[in-house]
Amino acid sequence: MSEYIITTEKGKWEVICGLEIHCQIISQSKIFSGASTEFGDDVNENVSFVDAGMPGMLPTLNKECVHQAVKTGLGLNAVINKYSEFSRKNYFYADLPQGYQITQFQYPIVGEGAIDIDLPDGTTKTIRIERMHIEQDAGKSIHDMSPTKSFIDLNRAGVGLMEIVTKPDFRSPDEAGAFLRKLRSILRYLGTCDGNMDEGSMRCDVNVSVRPYGSDELRTRCEMKNVNSVKFVMQAIESEAKRHVETYEADGDIAQETRQFDPATQTTKVMRKKEFAHDYRYFPEPDLPPLVLSDEFINKIKSELVELPDAKKTRFIKELGLTAYDASVICENKETADFFEKAAKGHDAKKVANWLMGDFFAMLNEKKLELKDSPVSAENLGKLVELITSNVINGKTAKDVFAIMAETGENPDKIVEEKGLKQVTDTSAIEKLIDDLLASAADNVAAYRGGKVGLFGWFVGQVMKQSQGKANPQVVNELLKKKLG
Amino acid sequence: MTDLTDLTISESLKKLKAKEISPVELTTAYIEKMKNNDKYNAYVTTTEDLALAQAKEAEKRYANGTNRPLEGIALGIKDLFCTKGVRTTACSHIIDNFVPQYESTVTQHLLDDGALFLGKLNLDEFAMGGSNETSCFGPVVNPWSKETKLVAGGSSGGSAAAVAAKMCAAATGTDTGGSIREPAAFCGVTGIKPTYGRCSRYGIVAFASSLDQAGPIAKDVTDCAILLNSMAGYDAKDSTSSKVDVPDFTSFIGKDIKGLKVGIPQEYRPDGLNKEISDYWDKAAQILKDAGAEIVSVSLPHTKYALPTYYVIAPAEASSNLARYDGVRYGNRKEGNGLDELYINTRTEGFGKEVKRRILIGTYVLSAGYYDAYYLKAQKVRRLIKNDFDEAFKKCDILLTPTSPIEPFAIGDKKMLENPINMYLNDVFTVSVNLAGLPAMSLPIGLSQNGLPFGMQLIGKAFDEETIFKTAYQLERGANFVRM
Repeated sequence: MSEYIITTEKGKWEVICGLEIHCQIISQSKIFSGASTEFGDDVNENVSFVDAGMPGMLPTLNKECVHQAVKTGLGLNAVINKYSEFSRKNYFYADLPQGYQITQFQYPIVGEGAIDIDLPDGTTKTIRIERMHIEQDAGKSIHDMSPTKSFIDLNRAGVGLMEIVTKPDFRSPDEAGAFLRKLRSILRYLGTCDGNMDEGSMRCDVNVSVRPYGSDELRTRCEMKNVNSVKFVMQAIESEAKRHVETYEADGDIAQETRQFDPATQTTKVMRKKEFAHDYRYFPEPDLPPLVLSDEFINKIKSELVELPDAKKTRFIKELGLTAYDASVICENKETADFFEKAAKGHDAKKVANWLMGDFFAMLNEKKLELKDSPVSAENLGKLVELITSNVINGKTAKDVFAIMAETGENPDKIVEEKGLKQVTDTSAIEKLIDDLLASAADNVAAYRGGKVGLFGWFVGQVMKQSQGKANPQVVNELLKKKLG
Repeated sequence: MTDLTDLTISESLKKLKAKEISPVELTTAYIEKMKNNDKYNAYVTTTEDLALAQAKEAEKRYANGTNRPLEGIALGIKDLFCTKGVRTTACSHIIDNFVPQYESTVTQHLLDDGALFLGKLNLDEFAMGGSNETSCFGPVVNPWSKETKLVAGGSSGGSAAAVAAKMCAAATGTDTGGSIREPAAFCGVTGIKPTYGRCSRYGIVAFASSLDQAGPIAKDVTDCAILLNSMAGYDAKDSTSSKVDVPDFTSFIGKDIKGLKVGIPQEYRPDGLNKEISDYWDKAAQILKDAGAEIVSVSLPHTKYALPTYYVIAPAEASSNLARYDGVRYGNRKEGNGLDELYINTRTEGFGKEVKRRILIGTYVLSAGYYDAYYLKAQKVRRLIKNDFDEAFKKCDILLTPTSPIEPFAIGDKKMLENPINMYLNDVFTVSVNLAGLPAMSLPIGLSQNGLPFGMQLIGKAFDEETIFKTAYQLERGANFVRM
């Protein structure tokens, strides 16, 4: 694969990067209370006494969140820990009502795992997962409503999170980008997190350090908190790595600190220096007993697991003959893959894939439509491809038919029938058109026979025009060649 | 004319059912006592009107036969239990204006069974203390005090004093390191800390989550059984409450204890133990022996580590549990310039000295670099202490010890106030039980030469309160202690 090396006049540098991703769990209610997780309700609408940290209130673990976490762990090809514990992470902040976050520390619910990522140059790389634990989210502080006051919205306080921690396996921004897209795809397949980084339901902390190319040392890393898009993560790695290199080459030192990425300037700035780092005083959460999972519980979730993007991709390549590239594009999104499978059923899958990724997506883009709102159904797209492969219409006509389908949502069989678009493959009818043409264009015939072979295309075009585009171009070609000698 | 407040709950219920007395009469008698005994400072909030309204409802129910197990019984509630619509303060200035919109599970059980509440009882601030002197409402005065005002014990000092002075039929308490048993002993009443997980902690202001447990303080053993029947039980809202069946504890009252093995832990008899207490301990053992029990000597070798272990774990949990009192959402707030200053001002003004001390200890033992040496080690020792009890219970069915190494001391005692360690040492016989999660009861055995009550403690196996009840009843009968 292509290496990402920062080369300067003074030397070559390699980037070391690891990610911590917070993923909001899709669940009806919060992880330790019965309050709703609905996004977009009025401020402080979905807050129980537990979420507000009222005196004497106790957390109770929401089984649905555990189910989702195990499902995600399985999707990450990770070890599911049958024994895990909750801990308290203590710190004061106005949107943290209890004064501590209930999380998992020493014993997380999910252990080591691995995800394969596809890189732009066609290679794949395995990214190792260190662990995944479950915890509660904090509320939101709103500082820009008043010059002197802050406002607190606790709707998000207590919503379940999965924190996925990778090993420092990334060596380039591209790898990190590919990983996040892949992770998001897996989570969406599983239905355990909606993966919307712009809405904050998936948030990424990025750890970056650099080292001289070829060395195996580990230098001081900096953490950039809450980077909220794949693009920004990639930019953050690039800019932070550059800063490290410049600092080292100027004989400076990198301090371990927490930084913030500013997308406007594409640079990072200090958020918190190490000496001001919190001492979180973790200790086992005495209000919750250890979480012990049975084999039965885990196996049941395993048996209910959907086919994940990698498995689907392999199947599409092996069984449907798709190229690796097409298969991975189609499989990134489960809805697309499902649509494709429906459309390809009983038809030429490769052609369906071409149509899907070409005209079909171009049409959705142009109309600014989501796949689920497409006027062209999967069945109809399949039928259109079938009309081409069975020589009922030619490629050019198919594009016209597709345009009508996109407008009307009509069945292509019906469009072809009603508009009389069936292609003419009857040689005698085409022969007649050719004979008429050759008779009326004696000059061109003579010129062609005299060596101006470039005129062949003109003859084809004229015949097609005469047939109103319905003649089978292959038959036209063959007959013309024969008749022109 | 007999004083209705002399009646135990079991006696009152008989008379109520027989319609010899009415709930309103009974409640009015207790309210009268509350007014007369105001000097003890047992109540911090009174709800007479509510209580009388409930008493009237009880009267109807007795009339139409829909009376419930505790119908018309007037209780006092330790002000650590959240009571819906009634101020709940934990006797801390930081939330002395807090009115919960929810009811604790334990008090809800009592209400559901027909009990009525006379008000909220004084305690050490956030239940941190052994003398009720850390309350922001001032100390409770022990009703047994002669010329000098004595402490009622803590942290459930208000509960014990109110029961002793007949200002309620019984009271709820909580016990984290002895907070039911020690004040019960000091005030000459009976209290049981059930097995950890027996009663729900939902709605009880938390001190140390892995140690806190609710229980009753009452006039006698039978009343404790009646109340615990109502208070106990699994609660889905408390993940640490146990799904263990709750037997009818009153059914063990009067059961004989022939052949029962009563263990005397040798480590609880250090050199220099108060001679009077030592003599009463022997007397208690003799009473049980006379009732058919066998006395055996047992060892709890890690006893000497119990206090330091307790004073690491309890403050650690407390430091985290009390983080929520920050002036942001409820309680008192002292404004400041920015969030940090708001926290500092609010908590500096809101918390008392002892609470601050424990928050600091707890924060220290959980800090990076100290965690292993203190908190983690304490957890390991806690396990050893529990193992001690497991071993001891292979040789006996129940343990008999004094409740406290001393008798009630004077309010403002310099020795106690100047060195908190002296105060902590009073918990020496009670904290092990909390660390091991076991049930234990304190009941009065007799009076000292100074005319002050001494308590004896019975420690049972986990979820074996029944053995405690039948043994305690025999001890109570033999001791023949005369209530105030």
